[in-house]
Amino acid sequence: MNPLIELWTALPLVIQIVLKIVAIMLPVMILVAYYTYAERKIIGFMQVRNGPNRVGFFGFRLWGLGQPIADAVKLMFKEIVIPSGANKLLFLIAPMLSIGPALAAWAVFPFDAGIVLADINAGLLYILAMTSLGVYGVIIAGWASNSKYAFLGAIRSAAQIVSYEIAMGFALVGVLVAAGSLNLGDIVAAQQGSLLHWFWLPLLPLFLVYFISGVAETNRAPFDVAEGESEIVAGFHVEYSGMTFAVFFLAEYANMILISGLSALMFLGGWLSPLPAAWVDGVPLLGDGFHWLLTKTFFFMFLFLWFRATFPRYRYDQIMRLGWKVFIPITIVWIVVVAVMKVTAMPWWFN
Amino acid sequence: MKAITNYIRSLFLFELLKGLGLTGSYFFARKFTLQYPEQKAPVSPRFRGLHALRRYPNGEERCIACKLCEAVCPALAITIEAEPRDDGSRRTTRYDIDLFKCIYCGFCEESCPVDSIVETRVYEYHFENRGEQIMTKQMLLDIGDKYEEQLAADRAVQAGVR
Repeated sequence: MNPLIELWTALPLVIQIVLKIVAIMLPVMILVAYYTYAERKIIGFMQVRNGPNRVGFFGFRLWGLGQPIADAVKLMFKEIVIPSGANKLLFLIAPMLSIGPALAAWAVFPFDAGIVLADINAGLLYILAMTSLGVYGVIIAGWASNSKYAFLGAIRSAAQIVSYEIAMGFALVGVLVAAGSLNLGDIVAAQQGSLLHWFWLPLLPLFLVYFISGVAETNRAPFDVAEGESEIVAGFHVEYSGMTFAVFFLAEYANMILISGLSALMFLGGWLSPLPAAWVDGVPLLGDGFHWLLTKTFFFMFLFLWFRATFPRYRYDQIMRLGWKVFIPITIVWIVVVAVMKVTAMPWWFN
Repeated sequence: MKAITNYIRSLFLFELLKGLGLTGSYFFARKFTLQYPEQKAPVSPRFRGLHALRRYPNGEERCIACKLCEAVCPALAITIEAEPRDDGSRRTTRYDIDLFKCIYCGFCEESCPVDSIVETRVYEYHFENRGEQIMTKQMLLDIGDKYEEQLAADRAVQAGVR
């Protein structure tokens, strides 16, 4: 046996798991850092600007690639100001409550066939639970800050996230009806075939509802009333500075990447190649693999930024209208349609 | 009927996709940003920047201490003291411009009968200590000497229109 594999199996289980967690978290964190850079760059491009292009490494500019590192270092050295009258314990716990679930959700995220930290059968349920927990960080942050703006932001985001949770949940019900499993790996496996076998076609309305709800869930533009710079300064995190603010930021971006990854897994066939297996037999890079998942995730991540560069913020009551009176009816109707397709074993997708 | 088409258009996110198309096309558009320290915007010959006092080609300073600029200055930024020089000509002994008071309106330049006080194209300067913002006569003359070529050329361009 290969000595490296021998060494790996000789390690205690806890160490193995910790190493796996590091192997997931490190790339995610680097991706988060460079996602902020990509955001500034892409939104800048769409506004006919250049975006950050000064901070580089070792005297080379490199199109501003050093920017996220510089930002991180700056935030780490800034003072954490705790407002007078704030509930100190909750104030400091809130950012952790917000990043904890955002990172924990990655545990069941399959990166390729069989490559997953925890291959549990309730994976989808676990993800739904984790993404819902993130709202507590926001609410507690808003309440503990002892600030009117923060409180308003927290209330707004609480109502918004709870509303969109329902539409999102229903969209996922459609997915699990179609796939017949809660395990994310099985959901991807159920989309085997080609571009046209993926769930985005039979579940198109659910796909759109899921992604738009995902944008709303992560409090991103055009649903960013919880932050709403132009009305309530920064919403729930007005009073946060330095690393506590950075942690909120990390959580938001980690969530965005997670939602993008999940959309890719559940509707665009995850790591499956868009071409039928018979066509690409033996051709390097065209077969199934992690790089397809990465490409699809990047596509959704780009959409997040594109939306932010394009759409003005929704009015609060219109957000509620969209969530309750448009998305929930659409998803309920389409779940029935999916169920009928499944029961009648509709050719092509469900036979 | 119109309501139905509107409903369908909003359901299929028609307008939103149109908006995305617009921003998407700007993503590839040429960027207008000027990378400032490396690139600089063109400056008009009428630009009103840092002040200067000019001389005649023979080296004689132009200013005759008529104090029109001091009188016209809306911000009271100019302070002039004058005395007859040894050869009997009327000259300034002190010519100060407080750049913090100055609003760069260009009235001093307009009012000057001998084109002595002028505003140059220079806009990159700064002060690090209090008091440095007072430009004395000698400093203004030095600036004039340094940029005389440019100043003469700019005045020649505008000779017919002012």
